Parts: sequence; C-alpha cells; structure tokens
Amino acid sequence: MKPYRLGWEPAIFLMLLAYPLLPVFESSFFALTKRSLGDQMPTVFIFAILALGLNVVVGYTGLLHLGIAAFFAVGAYVAGILTVAAYPFNVPFPVVLAVGTLAAALLGLLLGAPTLRLRGDYLALVTLGFGEVVRFGLKNLDAVTAGAKGLSPLPPPTGAETGIDWISDYRPFYYLTLVLLIGVSLVLSNLERSRLGRAWIALREDELAANCMGLNPAKLKLAAFALGAGLAGMAGVLYATRLTSTAAPDAYDFNRSIFILCCVILGGLGSRPGVLLGVFLLVGFDNILSPILDTAIQQNFPTTETRIYRTFTGWRLCIFGLALILMMRFRPEGLIASSRVKHELHPDEAVAATVHPVTLHGNRREPEGQS
Amino acid sequence: MPLFADTPEVLVTLAQYTLLGLTKGSLFALIALGYTMVYGIVELINFAHGDLFMLGSFVAFSLLGLFGVRSAGNPYADAALLLDCFLLAIVFCAGLNVLVDRVVYRPLRNAPKLAPLVSAIGVSFIFMNVGLFWGGSQDVNFPNLVSDDNLFGETAKIRFTAKDLMVIGVTVPLMLALTVFVKFTSLGTAMRATAQNPVAAQLMGINTETVIATTFAIGGALAGAASVTYGLYVNTISYQIGFQNGLYAFTAAVLGGIGNIPGAVLGALIIGLVTSLGSFYVGERWTSALVFAILIVILVFRPSGLLGSRTREKV
Repeated sequence: MKPYRLGWEPAIFLMLLAYPLLPVFESSFFALTKRSLGDQMPTVFIFAILALGLNVVVGYTGLLHLGIAAFFAVGAYVAGILTVAAYPFNVPFPVVLAVGTLAAALLGLLLGAPTLRLRGDYLALVTLGFGEVVRFGLKNLDAVTAGAKGLSPLPPPTGAETGIDWISDYRPFYYLTLVLLIGVSLVLSNLERSRLGRAWIALREDELAANCMGLNPAKLKLAAFALGAGLAGMAGVLYATRLTSTAAPDAYDFNRSIFILCCVILGGLGSRPGVLLGVFLLVGFDNILSPILDTAIQQNFPTTETRIYRTFTGWRLCIFGLALILMMRFRPEGLIASSRVKHELHPDEAVAATVHPVTLHGNRREPEGQS
Repeated sequence: MPLFADTPEVLVTLAQYTLLGLTKGSLFALIALGYTMVYGIVELINFAHGDLFMLGSFVAFSLLGLFGVRSAGNPYADAALLLDCFLLAIVFCAGLNVLVDRVVYRPLRNAPKLAPLVSAIGVSFIFMNVGLFWGGSQDVNFPNLVSDDNLFGETAKIRFTAKDLMVIGVTVPLMLALTVFVKFTSLGTAMRATAQNPVAAQLMGINTETVIATTFAIGGALAGAASVTYGLYVNTISYQIGFQNGLYAFTAAVLGGIGNIPGAVLGALIIGLVTSLGSFYVGERWTSALVFAILIVILVFRPSGLLGSRTREKV
C-alpha cells in the first residue's frame, strides 16, 4: 500500500476556498472576459461530485456504468418534490440533501441487485437502458414530475430570514458546493485506502482471484453502486437547487451520462485528482471557455450569417470526440493516472518495485477466444 | 366493397400495427446487423454505427438535392436516381466504416476493451458534429419519392403502402444475401471462424485483419442501405436520427444475442413490433421506456439474448 502523500489537491482546494475572499481575481477575470468565473464554478463543483460518484463505480470497481444521469435526475426530482410550492412538503434543505442522496442510493441498490451476474458490455447496456427508462418515466409521469417542463421554482437553501442572498451573490452557492465537494473528496480519499476501497480495486483487477481471497463480489458491487448513485443524487439535489428548477427530463439523458464518463476517462479512471481535473477541463470548456471564444469570434469576425460552424460551440462534439480518440490512443490511463491503472495499461513499462505484487498477478491478459 | 370490411375492428388494428411493426423491425434489422457482426468479430460495441447510418442518409439527401428532384416526376429517371442514391450511400458508409476501423480501432486491437469502446463514442461524437454541420440542428425534409398509396386499394381498412413494400423489398433480399455470404462463401466461413476463435483462425491461415475489414464494410453497407430506405420511408432526417435508431437497433442486437446474425433480425422484428403495438396499446410516449425495460428484463434473466447460446462468456 502506498503511504499517504499530500498532493497538490489540498493546495488547489485552498486556492478555491480563497478565491471569493480576494475580489480582485473575480473583477479582473470579469474585465477580461465579461463573464463571472465565480458564477460558473458551482456548476463545476456539482459535476465534480457527480463524476466522483461515477468514478467509484467505473474507476475503482471497474463496472462500466452508462446511466449515472438517472441517479442525478432522481436527486434533482426528489429535491423538486420536497421543496416546490406545488407540493405541501416544504422540507428544509439539509433534509432534502440527505433524502435525495439516500433515495438515489436506494435506487442504485435496486439497479445493482439484478445486475450482479452481468459482466462488461452487458452491464453497460443494462445501465444505459435503466437511465433511459428513468428519463422516460420522469417525462411521462406528468402528475408527479410536471412532465417535460420539470418542477420549478425550487426555493433557495435557506429562507429570507437568514439574510443570505442566494440569487444575486455567487458566493453562498460557491461555498456550499465547494465545501460539499471537499467533504466528498476527503471521504473518498480515505475510502480509497480503506479495506473497502482496496477490495474494490482487487475486484476490478481480477474478480475470480478477489473472490478466492475471500471477498464477496456481490456485496462489494452493491456497495459501489449505492455509493456512486448516492453521490450522483447529492449532485442532483445541488443542481436543481442551483437552477431553481429540476430542468426538463431530457437534461438527464444518455448524453449527460456519457459526458460525465468522458470527464472521468479524460482525467484518469480511478484517480481522484484526475477526475477533478477532467471535470474542470470539460465543464470549463462548455461553460467558461466556449462562451468567451464565441463572443470573441462574434466581435472580431462580425457576420450576419448564423451558420453553426462559424461558432466555436458548434465544434464542441468534434473536439470532445477527437480528445477521446487521441486519449485512448496515446494516454489511455488519463491525464493524471492512478498508478495501478497506468501499470495495467502499460505492463511492459512496469517498474516492479513500485507496484504491489497482487497487481502484477492480477494484470493478466486473457488469451483471445478462451471459453 | 372495401377489402377487410368484414373483419372485426380488433383484428384490423392488430393486423395493421403488426404489419407496421414488421416493416419498422426489418429496417432496424439492417442497422442491428452492423452492430452484431462487428461485435461478433472484435467484441466492440460500435457506438458510432448509428451515426454512420445518419451520415448515409445525408449523403443520399445531398445527392437528391444536387439533381433537383423534390417530388415524383419522370418515373424512370427517378428510379435510376434512387438506385444511384442507394449505391452511393452504401459505398460511402462501407468505405467510411472501414476507414474508421483502420485509423481508430485497429491500433487498439490489443488494448483493454474499454479503449476501443471509448474511441467509438468519440467517433460517434465527430459523426454527429459532421451531421450537424451538414443538415443544421433542425429536421430536414427528405424528398418523398415513393408513393403513399395503399396497395390494397384506397378504401381498404388495412393500409400497406408502396413505402412499406419498398422497405421489405430492400431489407429482405439484403438479409438473404448476407446469410448466403456468411454461410457459403470462403470469406464468410473465415468470418465465422474468426468470430469463434481469432487465434485459432489465424493459425489456420486466415488473415483476420481482412476479415475484420470485410465485416466493417458489410456492416457499413447495410447501414447505408438502411439510411436511404429510412429517408424515403420517414421523409424527415436530422443529425439526431443516428442516436435514437442506433440505440433501438443495438437493443435489438442484444435482445437476439449479440454476435448472432439471425438473432439480430429476430430481435429487430421484436423491437419493431413492440414499438408499433406498444404505441397503440400502451401509448406512443411509453414505447421507448417499454423497449428499454424489455432489454433490461431479457438481459437480467437471459444474459446471452434470445438466440445467443453461441456467444462466449469469458470467465
């Protein structure tokens, strides 16, 4: 087991915590780009929680999950139902957060239980199908979810009596989401090195061997599904509260799941700092970089023509696609690789001394066509 | 006296929607075959296949636009143009599929399975973006060249149009040709051998790269044929048709047992029937959820699909 090292992660988190305290950054960013960075960051933090949840399932445990958006949606809709004026519940925010997380985790168990027998591609498909069923369910159960419109408006996390301005000031949400993200990240960094975390990794490397060593794959997989789904649900609650609306069910489609998966893969499967970087790059690309470049193109090359390829946003899918292909070709372990995954993907460059012996044996290449 | 006038109403609707379902299903089957064949040989879920299908329909659309045909004029010229459309879309899709395999998937042949899968998602993004540039973000009207007249006579209670006939006339011969190819030619035999055991096939002197390229070419060609048929049948295309139809076709391939050719056709016909009958008996908006719910149930209780006893489960 690796000794625990303080990486650059705490430093980044400290910088993020300090950012709103020094308004000079915000104002100079605004002067440069005409956009508020502080306003965009909560979205990055929320998606980071979602991606960390997906990373538990895909990264640690090695189960390809293509329906994480369903749990994100469940969190958002639970928050919607518990707080909008159309329902009589009007529950305080901390309770909503807990209920949303638990509801999504329960649903994760519900999906996990029947899929324990499935492997690889088949599991990916069931999760994909599940995601779509949840989306269509939300869309069609008009009576509960307000159908294609989505539930709105969600009230801010605290009432007017506390004097916190959640709407015009970006800082309350910034800190709320950042503190939760840091909390999740801390819990996961401990979990990674705990008995459970190491068991997950053993399961990913070789299920048969892990089973022989006395680990219970069914329990471990269920735990991963539940934790991943729970974190996604938590992110969903935050997302809906921030938007003050659950958004339309189509916001939680397959593309959303794939987008989060791209963040995880780009940053590095199973590597927490990598996932955070991946989210920052991709969400930052969509929410911060693209609008800035679009405005710049508009100003420097004014045109009346509104063709899609004249905007930077129009090239979004091309850029994502190319990034995925190039990553898989040249750096499949991700930008900030987890050492185990890196070793698995480049067995020939193995440095035996740094690698745990179990990983060496676990890294077995099945002969093709073995039945 | 109109045809089927005496048939009870219940049976007429059932027959009508069954007919529609089989037509739709045979269209899904053409796409599903591309998924299942590629999976059978290289164990790759080719996420880009649906979007390849979408690009094929845009190729045909552009060719039709080039010759200025918007509605049925001279029947012979139209027929010739349609044939050109089919040929061009087939060649385009087959070529593009082989090219993508050569450039993107082939270098990853020995990589872990996640790598080509993620690359396929990347290719699908790029295809979708190209489709977006090509046709814009709105639906595009595909020329309506095949008549909507009811072949049973306009007064008959069951509709079976020239369009439906065209779909079946394209799909069934192609499926038969594929079966003959896979069963009776030496390349087809090589294909089956490679699917069963690539290493043993290589030891027997089969060039597996040729087999893989052929598989991608055939899968692409079928998607190309399906794309023109789809355009002529549905008459609207957009950059998003690849995703939805691809997902259905893919579900069909899994339903039948992925890697299994007759299974894909059976699965596609079932999906077609479910969407069609479901839209009448359960409601249009529930059909997608129904399809995916069936997928989940099948996979959970019979993970190798309906006909999939031949697919290997690696331990």
